[in-house]
Amino acid sequence: MINTANEIKITLTSRSVNESFSRAAIAAFVSQADPTVEELNDIKTAVSEAVTNCIVHAYPNTHGKIYITASISLAGKVLIRIRDQGLGIEDVKKAREPLYTTLGGDRAGLGFSVMESFSDKLYVRSKLGKGTTVTIEKQIWGKLKAEKAPKAQES
Amino acid sequence: MAVKIVTNGSCVTAYIEGEIDHHNAPALRESIDSAIEKSRPKTLKLDFGGVSFMDSSGVGLVMGRYKNAARYGGEVEVLNLSRSAERIMKLSALENFVRFKKSAEAGRMN
Repeated sequence: MINTANEIKITLTSRSVNESFSRAAIAAFVSQADPTVEELNDIKTAVSEAVTNCIVHAYPNTHGKIYITASISLAGKVLIRIRDQGLGIEDVKKAREPLYTTLGGDRAGLGFSVMESFSDKLYVRSKLGKGTTVTIEKQIWGKLKAEKAPKAQES
Repeated sequence: MAVKIVTNGSCVTAYIEGEIDHHNAPALRESIDSAIEKSRPKTLKLDFGGVSFMDSSGVGLVMGRYKNAARYGGEVEVLNLSRSAERIMKLSALENFVRFKKSAEAGRMN
């Protein structure tokens, strides 16, 4: 149980080596809400996808800044906002379609699908040339309440 | 993050360990691809038993290896996925191309 609302902000350079740092840092912060291992892993996965998008899509040929704000409410609701000032997304609806990718190679086109699947709600705002803000919302039920929580989605 | 590759006749098994993300997937890809080039396996087994974290980069890793192995007529099996990794894999159409196997089936304990 957490008694007070809390918030952190992290700014990082869009280098791929920071992907593991960012998800570990957010996981360490969210640990205050006493999440289950699965809830924590869900958050790490969603953050990893969002930060990777910034690195790969927002700043494809440069290193820009990624701004992460994470908060935990009194009720255990976690909000993670990941913002960049990069290229922006031309068609957000299309970008959120499963398997859609503007890149070839080994990119699966699953970034937004995974973020959606591993969070409760996902908000994406983007403006071409200005950047993108992704907000991940997830309720932490925690170890004690795990049994009362709605069943996780079966895939 | 590391990968150990074991070749046994026409079967190559890659035991992947640690975290798979966009940053470290390229090194895994190169190791496994060079084993594919060298051994041209009939069966390529990708063992995820030692993977502690994976995002969608893991799907790309399997997809790409499937394509490369298929060029030499090889098939791909994915072993020992965690529940979370399996959830991510199932968001793609990968299951139509590669076989997912649990540890008992795969003959390896975790």
